[in-house]
Amino acid sequence: MIALLIRDLRLTFRAGGGFGLGLAFFLIVTVLVPFGVGPESALLARIAPGILWVGALLACLLSLDRIFQLDFEDGSLDLLATAPVPMEGAVAMKALAHWLTTGLPLTLAAPFFGGLMSLPTAGFLWVFVTLLIGTPALSMIGTFGAALTVGLKRGGLLLSLLVLPLYIPTLLFGAETARRAIMGMEYAQTFAILAGVSAGSIAILPFAAAAAIRINLR
Amino acid sequence: MEDTRVRQHNDRWNWFWAWANPVKFMAWTGKALPWFIGLTLITLVPGLIWGFFFTPEAEGFGSSVKIIYVHVPSAFMAIQAWGMMVVASLIWLIRRHHVGALAAKGAALVGLTMTVIALITGAIWGEPMWGTYWAWDPRLTSFLILFLFYIGYMALWAAIENPDTAADLTSVLAIVGSVFAFLSRYAVNFWNQGLHQGASLSLDKEENVADVFWQPLVLTLVGFGLLFVVLVLVRARTEVRKRRVHALMTRERMRDA
Repeated sequence: MIALLIRDLRLTFRAGGGFGLGLAFFLIVTVLVPFGVGPESALLARIAPGILWVGALLACLLSLDRIFQLDFEDGSLDLLATAPVPMEGAVAMKALAHWLTTGLPLTLAAPFFGGLMSLPTAGFLWVFVTLLIGTPALSMIGTFGAALTVGLKRGGLLLSLLVLPLYIPTLLFGAETARRAIMGMEYAQTFAILAGVSAGSIAILPFAAAAAIRINLR
Repeated sequence: MEDTRVRQHNDRWNWFWAWANPVKFMAWTGKALPWFIGLTLITLVPGLIWGFFFTPEAEGFGSSVKIIYVHVPSAFMAIQAWGMMVVASLIWLIRRHHVGALAAKGAALVGLTMTVIALITGAIWGEPMWGTYWAWDPRLTSFLILFLFYIGYMALWAAIENPDTAADLTSVLAIVGSVFAFLSRYAVNFWNQGLHQGASLSLDKEENVADVFWQPLVLTLVGFGLLFVVLVLVRARTEVRKRRVHALMTRERMRDA
């Protein structure tokens, strides 16, 4: 399973485009919002955590269809299915690789992009922490969506249509925790539920995703 | 495989599952459908007429209260339809009864329609009552989310060509989706605190409705429930027939070749 992880990471780095593209997309979204709503720093500071969360979520969505598509096309997914590694483990490793190449860079970059949005200093930490806890769930849910649509020719648009509604709880609790913490309100409850959504997704969705892969390979 | 067959053969619930055999399903639904249609008519039509014309106007509501006889039943059925879809999906995944998958497929559009009716009648009712067609109230928001889930589910059905693969994948989506839909339903309660008080907007309908309004409402609720059964049966029958036509045409082509 470690070998699979290393292989996936190496593929992502060498293929080019995928790795930096998500970050660049995130940056562009963050830059576009002030153009859309005006440069007023009080307004920007208020919506910053939400914009950063939505931006990270959309950037995450961009690279989802790459998780299984190439492996499906060149047949390595069939090999994985017959390999001694259980499909659930392989799927979890795929999600981990996606998180390491997408979720983690986004999380690390978010505080810097927060500077562009006149996010208050206390917010840097909270946007970072909530994204760190929340992005694994985004990767795992996205992997499930990618597993559902892997056999389809034009799965990209359908993938976003399926995955975005599933992202609602994660986004809601993540952005809400960041907002509450920045405004000095009580945040322990939503923060705990965010962590719960993340842990629950990681625990359960590999099974659903593996089932979907098996159906698609049949 | 052999093992499963033996177990299925000895299952004492076989008399029940036999109803889902497509041939038997077509036979009994063909006989039962007129009765269901009749029952729907004798509950829904009097219920709506009673509600619209023979109930007093509620204090503070004017005649706008009458929309409750469409709004509440359709909202109720929108949620029930999703629940039925999940049960039918489970039946398909566990017992491999095709009728289960087809019933789930048939229920999706009916559920989507009910969701849209609930949202639209809610907007029409909201305008005179709350002064706005739309507010990010927890109930309204969770219905919008339900709407999105229905769309995703139906899009997946439409996108996959192989009917069995489509049935499998949509069943998995329905089960996973309902977990997340349920989470979203409770998530919006957290999110909306501090924006505006939920209680002032979403009146607790069951609690403070007087009997004059409650009795016709129950009748329309039953009517909408029966209407849902009728629509799902008709759609499932259509799907079974579509499969048969497809099988016949394939056979024809095989003969020509």
